[in-house]
Amino acid sequence: MSFRYEVRLSGAGGQGLILVGKVLAEAAAIYDGLNATQSQSYGPEARGGASRSEVIISDGDIDYPKAENIDILLALTQEACDKYIDGLKDDGILLVDSQMVTNIPKGQYKVVALPIIQSAVERLGKFLVSNIIALGIITKLSGVVSESAVKHAIRARVPKGTEEININAFYTGIDLATHWLDEHGPL
Amino acid sequence: MEIPNPNIHMWQGNVACAEGAIAAGCRFFAGYPITPSTEIAEVLSQKLPAIGGNFIQMEDEIAAIGAVIGASLGGVKALTATSGPGFSLKQENIGFAVMAEVPCVIVNVQRGGPSTGLPTHSAQGDVMQARWGTHGDHPIIVLSPSSVRETYDMTIRAFNLAEKYRIPVVLLSDETVAHLTEKITIPDPASIEIIDRKKPYVSPEKYLPYQIDETDIPAMANFGEGFRYHVTGLAHDETGFPTNNPEKIKAQLERLNRKIQRNRNDIVEVETFETEDMEVLVIAFGATARSARRAVINARESGVKAGLLRMKTIWPFPDEEIEKIYKSVKKIVVPEMNLGQIAHEVEWATRREKPVVRVNKINGEPITPNEIYESIISQG
Repeated sequence: MSFRYEVRLSGAGGQGLILVGKVLAEAAAIYDGLNATQSQSYGPEARGGASRSEVIISDGDIDYPKAENIDILLALTQEACDKYIDGLKDDGILLVDSQMVTNIPKGQYKVVALPIIQSAVERLGKFLVSNIIALGIITKLSGVVSESAVKHAIRARVPKGTEEININAFYTGIDLATHWLDEHGPL
Repeated sequence: MEIPNPNIHMWQGNVACAEGAIAAGCRFFAGYPITPSTEIAEVLSQKLPAIGGNFIQMEDEIAAIGAVIGASLGGVKALTATSGPGFSLKQENIGFAVMAEVPCVIVNVQRGGPSTGLPTHSAQGDVMQARWGTHGDHPIIVLSPSSVRETYDMTIRAFNLAEKYRIPVVLLSDETVAHLTEKITIPDPASIEIIDRKKPYVSPEKYLPYQIDETDIPAMANFGEGFRYHVTGLAHDETGFPTNNPEKIKAQLERLNRKIQRNRNDIVEVETFETEDMEVLVIAFGATARSARRAVINARESGVKAGLLRMKTIWPFPDEEIEKIYKSVKKIVVPEMNLGQIAHEVEWATRREKPVVRVNKINGEPITPNEIYESIISQG
């Protein structure tokens, strides 16, 4: 029996979540030798509006490429959290930005609230790398892809000249997740 | 971590289409960008000039297919890509390409309709438009991919069929497959079959561009190679000039349709899955076939013997392939992101001998495996 791991990344259009989905899928499929699909859903507007990107990772064939039983849901805005919570497994992980998402929807899932955007601004001086911090957290919490695969995928995908800040953002995410796990115990 | 194989990519369906076109020998693209097909133009705008090809963004979709027809008459394999609203605009010139027998490939990445509809959401509502969108009795070839790899392979096949049969071929994708990023291992270029149009072996003075021979497919001279002939959308005789002679009109139009009818076995492709002992037959295509496959697996796990026929060719319709396998089933389930365009054809092909259960969705969301599963296992 093959495994199927579902990730949904949600937030506002323009937050770079489609990129994060692509990097995660490339890490799994190209560098870790698994199968992966990435898809997205967005409206006709170029920026703003709730946006979602989905990644399915499996060691077998992936037929239906959309998320239905989500293992980990990232929500960077309250609107996205409210809109895209459906489909999160009972024992799934709800990862939210602790400042943007203050009204956690009721459910049995495991909630991980971390200052993702604040860390981007305060630790790295760039709001823009919030998405890669989130990718680091997801890598650590999910354990579905290797850190080295994600690191290689980031280097291959981000614009030239931004590799270092993005790798730093990735490790900032790993660090945030590690501390959370130390404090709260394993998921 | 494994060392990456350079032939493995994570590509979107639209990227695979552009790369497949290049692999097929396409060296001309004319188009007008439209979601969800734009990435095809985007990729080819960079890649074609770099390999000696041409990319041109035209003033609209009508001009784009006009340019494609012109390029093909000049001997270059040519592509245009669009979505529903643009596909509507292209219909007149698609008819011209059918009538004048100009090979070309038209990609229609389906989105929600009618009209501008749902630019960023998926649909399969252009099945009948692809068949009958242009007027008059005419043949057409329509292929529909279900995966990124198949988009690559099918784009190549679309060019091969266009060249072989001198006909426009429609690659009918959908937003789900076109915008899906998925792992693809591209084949060795040496292993790819490429078909080119049959060229005349007579001197220019003796060349008859629409001569009827035993193949029903006239040799095609490229403009610029010394052959001068007339190309028109009007009914024409073997010289290419318009005619009102009923005998000649009849002979040419019958040949035009016959060249596809007699070769339908070469053109029609389906894939069957778990159909040997099935009691419920699911018929699906495009993105929906992925959900259907999962539904069939789940139904079998629940003890219901389901099977899947996945249509890779939509037109000509795979009626003979359905005929071979439907007799022993209790019912047929047809999921599609429209209101029953394929279901109607299935009823026709099976003479309404079996209940045809429709699973339809037109809200922009793909049909889920569970929605198909419910129809497979229900007693109704």
